[in-house]
Amino acid sequence: MSQHDEHHFVSAYDDGSRIDATDRQTNISAQTLDEMRQIVARYPEPRSALLPMLHLVQSVDGRISDAGVNACAEILGISTAQVNGVATFYTMYKRRPAGEHHIGVCTTSLCAVMGGDVLLAQMKDKLGIDEDETTPDGKFSLERLECNAACDFAPVMMVNWEFMDAMTPEKANELIDNLAAGKEVRSTRGARLTSWRQAERVLAGFPDGLADEGPTAGPASLEGLRVARERGWQAPKAPTVPQIAEGGSK
Amino acid sequence: MNVDILTPSLTESWDQPEAWKLANYEARGGYQAARKALAMAPTDVITLVKDSGLRGRGGAGFPTGVKWSFIPQTNPKPKYLVINCDESEPGTCKDIPMLMATPHTLVEGIIISCFAVNAHNAFIYVRGEVLHVIRRLQQAVAEAYQAGYLGKGILDTGYDLDIVVHAGAGAYICGEETALLDSLEGRRGQPRLRPPFPAVAGLYASPTVVNNAESIASVPSIVANGADWYKSMGTEKSAGPTIYSLSGHITRPGQYEAPLGTTFRTLLDLAGGIRAGHQLKFFTPGGSSTPILTPDHLDVPLDYEGVAAAGSILGTKALQTYDETVSVVRTTLRYTEFYKHESCGKCTPCREGSWWLVQTLRNLEAGRGSEGDVDKLLDVCDNVSMKSFCTLADGFVANITSSIKYFRDEFEAGYHTPAWELFPYEKSIYFPYERETLIVNEVADK
Repeated sequence: MSQHDEHHFVSAYDDGSRIDATDRQTNISAQTLDEMRQIVARYPEPRSALLPMLHLVQSVDGRISDAGVNACAEILGISTAQVNGVATFYTMYKRRPAGEHHIGVCTTSLCAVMGGDVLLAQMKDKLGIDEDETTPDGKFSLERLECNAACDFAPVMMVNWEFMDAMTPEKANELIDNLAAGKEVRSTRGARLTSWRQAERVLAGFPDGLADEGPTAGPASLEGLRVARERGWQAPKAPTVPQIAEGGSK
Repeated sequence: MNVDILTPSLTESWDQPEAWKLANYEARGGYQAARKALAMAPTDVITLVKDSGLRGRGGAGFPTGVKWSFIPQTNPKPKYLVINCDESEPGTCKDIPMLMATPHTLVEGIIISCFAVNAHNAFIYVRGEVLHVIRRLQQAVAEAYQAGYLGKGILDTGYDLDIVVHAGAGAYICGEETALLDSLEGRRGQPRLRPPFPAVAGLYASPTVVNNAESIASVPSIVANGADWYKSMGTEKSAGPTIYSLSGHITRPGQYEAPLGTTFRTLLDLAGGIRAGHQLKFFTPGGSSTPILTPDHLDVPLDYEGVAAAGSILGTKALQTYDETVSVVRTTLRYTEFYKHESCGKCTPCREGSWWLVQTLRNLEAGRGSEGDVDKLLDVCDNVSMKSFCTLADGFVANITSSIKYFRDEFEAGYHTPAWELFPYEKSIYFPYERETLIVNEVADK
């Protein structure tokens, strides 16, 4: 990058921004196509199914594959350009194979300041890869995250889009070691970690039965409620009128 | 009436085991409000919500009942309700724990709201990066179908309602309501030019209400307890309890539900203050898109009017808090990099402006700035502000201009001195939670 002639135009947009159509590998099957049609059936207009269909493509192919793009286009009756336009807009869609476990480190302002920058540097070092890369064994991929809506648990990491709250360098290393060793690891307020592909399948709207795992809320979420309970504070009592309006109950 | 300092309403059951399950929600009185509402006339439900003074909790603060009344009932097209759970504004972290803990509160709110506006289809648009929240929502909707709260002829009435949980795919801009609608239609999430507004031509060009998750989750309690109960909390123009999200260099960051109009001083005190040995430097009242405030604003009532009078916006009540170790140039750069990354690219001032602002701010952070760079930042901001389809650019302009307003010296120091020399970054690192977490649970331990 530093070698370019200063008179040459250098685009700010990298060439890796398009779908890789040279990698023909795919696991899209008749069952996948059938599931795509199930997704379509959820919506009043077929095209609304495109985002979940692309999540499904990732769960099957480990990336947005050219075959997956073609399947979406064919089922929805739109062009592959239209599908590609959508697939390249959203950051969760990966153009190259993601790892079995997808690691995210938040470095938006607050997390960055509180330790996110250190955690990201450490993860690069530990995994031996840069942002948006996958380890050669396919085990891990790494991403610099924008705010993941868990600022009260900063600094935050994500694994397969499960929360890893209030991280420290020690916890982060332990997390990677345990995942690498194939040990069971749980989200700090979620389920046991599965894989990035299984997560993508849930996002496509096919539940994996793990909703009942994990707590109701994480510790930071409960701080205000804890203080209120300690001091006996509560919302005003509801007025004593019948809870059910006349004729409202059968 | 004396009202307590904290008023847990939405957060009330977050410490209960398995609060997300239907049986537990029903045991707490869940779905009684939906029964009550479906026995009312839809217009009476709208009037009730108008009378409660409920205003949108997603940032704009528009009165929810008024928004519903804009849906043209004479339009023969289907009406839609779309719930905005794309929570991605830096600092904002209230809807995610709410939906993880009590997804049925939202489902019940949707039933009442759809009935009020005569919609038979609702969509819950959740950002994709929160897997477990999506699991809980999917399960809650499935449970509600099984129990007859959703589907054909719900609650023994002739009213039909379907809800789809829809996962996004990583784009902050989809929290903007028209971009969200385009995304939900299977397109790139890019804002639309208004008018027409969604109430007239929203999803599939049909009348559509787009509401924040917290707003709709507040509706069941209003129906159950009445408008006067709701108005007994908060201020005259900013009614009700709300979730304040405290994060950053605070002893006990977290979610604090209190009446609107509570001051940051009160909340900070309850949260144990700024971390030991440090002082407050600045904070965002409602996420990164709202102008920053300083210790001079600790006594500002955090309601729509109070924060506006202090020159900022209540926004999502996301109080990102930074102590004196933090370089404002660094945070401003990071926020601007966020917006540059998330700009959808549709409007030139936003797409190009964010790129150029990042270049200038990077130079200032590294102490490589040039004389006049601060004025250049302000000039670019002036050229960007209010010139795009949506308010994303106005968000980064607000952060930059307010940061310069209060800390101009720090930006000018960037002409010669790196920010990390003035504010050694390691001093800002803070891991507030030393408590054991559940990260490592080896199979052998069980």
